[in-house]
Amino acid sequence: MSLTEKIPQSRIRNFAIIAHIDHGKSTLADRLIETCGGLEKREMKEQILDNMDIERERGITIKAQTVRLNWKGPDGEIYQLNLMDTPGHVDFSYEVSRSLASCEGALLVVDASQGVEAQTLANVYQALDNNLEIIPVINKIDLPAADVDRAKQQIEDVIGLDASNAVAVSGKTGLNITDLLDAIVTRLPAPTGDPAAPTKALLVDSWYDSYLGVVILVRVIDGTLKKGQKVRFMNTAATREVDRVGIFTPKHILLDQLGPGEMGFITAGIKEISETKVGDTITDEKHQTVKALPGFKPSVPMVFCSLFPVDSSEFEKLRESLARLALNDASLHYEAESSQALGMGFRCGFLGLLHMEIIQERMEREFNLDLIPTAPSVVYKVYKTDGTMQEVYNPVDLPDMARIEKIEEPWIKATILTPDEYLGSLLQLCQERRGEQLNLSYVGNRAMLEYRLPLNEIVFDFYDRLKSISRGYASFDYHLDKFMEGDLVRMDILVNQESVDALAMIVHRSQSDRRGRHLCERLKDLIPRQLFKVAIQAAIGGKVIAREDLSALRKDVTARCYGGDVTRKRKLLDKQKEGKKKMRQYGNVDIPQSAFIAALKMGDE
Amino acid sequence: MSFGIYVHWPYCVSKCPYCDYNAHVATHIDQARWRRAYERELRTVYDLTGPRLVDTVFFGGGTPSLMDPETVHHVLNVIQNLWGMSAVYEVTLEANPTTVDSLKFKAFRDCGVNRISLGVQSLIEQDLTFLGRNHDVDQAKKAIHLAQDIFPRMSFDVIYGRPAQTESSWERELDIILDLMAGHVSLYQLTIEEGTPLYLHHARGDFTALPNADIDRLYDLTHEIMTAHGYSNYEVSSFCKPGEESRHNLIYWRYHDYAGIGPGAHGRLQTHGKFITTRAHRAPDIWLERVEKDGHGYHPFINLTSRERLEEAVMMGLRLEEGIELERLKSLAQTQDPLNKERIKALISEGLLHDDPQSLRVTKAGRKCLNAVIAWVLQ
Ligand SMILES: Nc1nc2c(ncn2[C@@H]2O[C@H](COP(=O)(O)OP(=O)(O)OP(=O)(O)O)[C@@H](O)[C@H]2O)c(=O)[nH]1
Ligand SMILES: C[S@@+](CC[C@H](N)C(=O)[O-])C[C@H]1O[C@@H](n2cnc3c(N)ncnc32)[C@H](O)[C@@H]1O
Ligand code: SF4
Ligand SMILES: [Mg+2]
Repeated sequence: MSLTEKIPQSRIRNFAIIAHIDHGKSTLADRLIETCGGLEKREMKEQILDNMDIERERGITIKAQTVRLNWKGPDGEIYQLNLMDTPGHVDFSYEVSRSLASCEGALLVVDASQGVEAQTLANVYQALDNNLEIIPVINKIDLPAADVDRAKQQIEDVIGLDASNAVAVSGKTGLNITDLLDAIVTRLPAPTGDPAAPTKALLVDSWYDSYLGVVILVRVIDGTLKKGQKVRFMNTAATREVDRVGIFTPKHILLDQLGPGEMGFITAGIKEISETKVGDTITDEKHQTVKALPGFKPSVPMVFCSLFPVDSSEFEKLRESLARLALNDASLHYEAESSQALGMGFRCGFLGLLHMEIIQERMEREFNLDLIPTAPSVVYKVYKTDGTMQEVYNPVDLPDMARIEKIEEPWIKATILTPDEYLGSLLQLCQERRGEQLNLSYVGNRAMLEYRLPLNEIVFDFYDRLKSISRGYASFDYHLDKFMEGDLVRMDILVNQESVDALAMIVHRSQSDRRGRHLCERLKDLIPRQLFKVAIQAAIGGKVIAREDLSALRKDVTARCYGGDVTRKRKLLDKQKEGKKKMRQYGNVDIPQSAFIAALKMGDE
Repeated sequence: MSFGIYVHWPYCVSKCPYCDYNAHVATHIDQARWRRAYERELRTVYDLTGPRLVDTVFFGGGTPSLMDPETVHHVLNVIQNLWGMSAVYEVTLEANPTTVDSLKFKAFRDCGVNRISLGVQSLIEQDLTFLGRNHDVDQAKKAIHLAQDIFPRMSFDVIYGRPAQTESSWERELDIILDLMAGHVSLYQLTIEEGTPLYLHHARGDFTALPNADIDRLYDLTHEIMTAHGYSNYEVSSFCKPGEESRHNLIYWRYHDYAGIGPGAHGRLQTHGKFITTRAHRAPDIWLERVEKDGHGYHPFINLTSRERLEEAVMMGLRLEEGIELERLKSLAQTQDPLNKERIKALISEGLLHDDPQSLRVTKAGRKCLNAVIAWVLQ
């Protein structure tokens, strides 16, 4: 039976694979695809659904993916499985939530050698909120360190989910994959759409494909979606004709229609994804459904930074590249801005630090742009003495302190899971970062910490610190809590008395000395010695709180025999010049952009 | 404007592990074929430059002391017949202590060579071994004396900044150098060049290179001792008594005209009002074939813009104690202010450039950070 043949709704299973980062979702998806014969062995590669270069290189999933598979159940019948592989990293939990909204079931994957982690919790709670049937899957049982019983115990203790009939598999070796497929067929519920009702489909995702144009991923709830059908997007109120209907197997396959309970894609002559809205309801133009689906909460950017082109003539190219990336990433926000130090650029909003890093990397790689990113920051609500409120994304936009009544900053609620030997140091870290402990509980020898923390302290380097303190064993998840007033000030960095706007930051007064000192020390190491002495200072409102002096360079010559080969000398100069291009001049001082970048990225201590 | 001709001889008896010059070891060398090829390329260059007098000729390598005196003779004859030599001409030939004897030296002298540049490299036995040299200290000394007896002028090269070299041992070695030398010496810092066996050994950790800070101290010490003995450090790595400068090398540093003959040779020439850079194919066999076929072994010539010429002149000229005349820079750049005045001023007040209205000239402190000074000036 082929994948394109009609299968009754009772034999359709829609499920998402969710887990903490790196617990093996994508690898498990590979085995499911392979075992169901979706691709021939020679067509397979590892984590086949991670098709972006950056996903393959980093070994992480960024974008959720859908595949249709056929599986012959224990009853001898052919079932249609629609699998959604989701990202594990906290920044992309928005992708997970959309996938969960279009499924009836979920495979909760837990790495048998790691156990339940912070993201396991966050994702499973989302699945439970969506009333999904969950099959716990203990993965990586081929590993010597695998402890299936412990993982099961943790699922029961931490999540409160019955793990007695969890399926233990290895996504790597394929062990027990058929058991898992049978469990999917027998334990997950079928969709229950009304075939006779007017068309009603959920717009799960959309992206731009250079061949197909804007592709819309749909989950049909009621009725059918047909090629040639005139449909209405209820939220945007646009009307379009469906020009293609298809599924991923994972290859594109075109069909005539998608029935109730089925997942697939359509194209409808749409030019830009901004014309589509994820979570929208698609219905028939003439026979409209009465009630639209609830839709999704819009994704809110949590972390902001500015991106400037190293070569100022590439500003337009930067604009185009951002527009291109935003085509496939509705969570990427940006607007133009200009900086004294760095010229014209864009202030961008991201879901989190990884999202930010990935966008930056894609810009540099896919569009060949050299970028200077500024320090990540959060949005502040600045209440002014004139009674107005201004949202400040960029430290340089902070009004004069005399005109400020109060500043509010975003706080998050964080969950940290850690082996208890690191608990002490992690408590200290949270405390240093102005954290407020909400709860501390134990599961076996692991501690679960709940904290409220200012987001501002998190975007700095919290995650790196957490990982290094716990040697990688602690995991972390967070969501936005609320805005709260704080004693916040703007700290400026001055190089030879000139303020470097790109390095300005908003910090809590209690942290300013430490940060200021540290930043100056770091810059001293990062700025190469110059022909002139360089003074590096941190200041708050004109008052210097830290200072470092970089002494002048006094040795840089090679006594060598060049003969008439000026070209060789020239190469040396060209190399220096090439380096200079990436420098900004402050008075007599050339600061390489790499120094900015490193200073902006720096960790504490 | 002086005019020099560099002639490259690409062969050596063995290849030194630190050397990344265009030098090769060959079993059979057809000197007659080389003579013909040099002649042809010289004729091609003559067509470019037209008639003018030649001030200097430099036989470099490689090991030009491996050339048959007849080959040297032929080259000089061709030059003499095409252009003619100026009255105070200088003809230098690089020699290795292993490949010389008094007969050969005399033969070179008799065909017109009047200056020898000897590759001594070190006067410490172990260090010669480390540098993979196929001669010992004694041979080096003998060669120096021989050259001094036979030629009116001579210089030799020494490489310092060797692994584990201390200030006191270098001081002692400099004493020996001062005793031996007559007029001119070149003291180079060992550079570990990519692609050389030395680089590989270093990367593998077979030896520890002298730390930069130590090399810098040796550089200072060298300057002190040499100047204290009345030698002028007229260029970053060259020391001499007045009048003993390498006139050929001065052509490079003063950015005058020079032709490059032979494989891998570089030239800077004026031809029909244009300034061109020439660069010949590096591989000896290919160069020979090209010359035989086309009359020269050059890659396509490259025209330099006036800005590029200015940059080259600054890069080379600031190596010299005398610096560069500002008038020269103006004419090269074809503008009245070729360099950023503010930048120059900043260097003067920092004590890195002399406050000299006639020329651009580094101070002692400026020379020590010459690379940065050049980059700053040219920015
Ligand atoms: N030994 C072993 N390794 C596995 C198994 N499954 C996955 N891995 C490895 O675990 C790492 C992460 O696998 P992925 O499949 O990319 O994990 P993921 O959950 O999709 O990761 P994200 O999408 O980034 O959240 C890879 O190095 C896999 O090779 C398994 O069953 N056994
Ligand atoms: C063009 S080489 C040829 C000289 C001659 N063939 C000889 O080695 O005796 C000129 C000089 O450059 C110096 N030299 C060569 N390679 C060097 C290196 N890697 N580091 C420092 N000096 C080097 C040596 O002193 C050498 O004598
Ligand atoms: S003899 Fe001179 S040119 Fe030949 S390999 Fe040694 S250093 Fe290089
Ligand atoms: Mg994945």
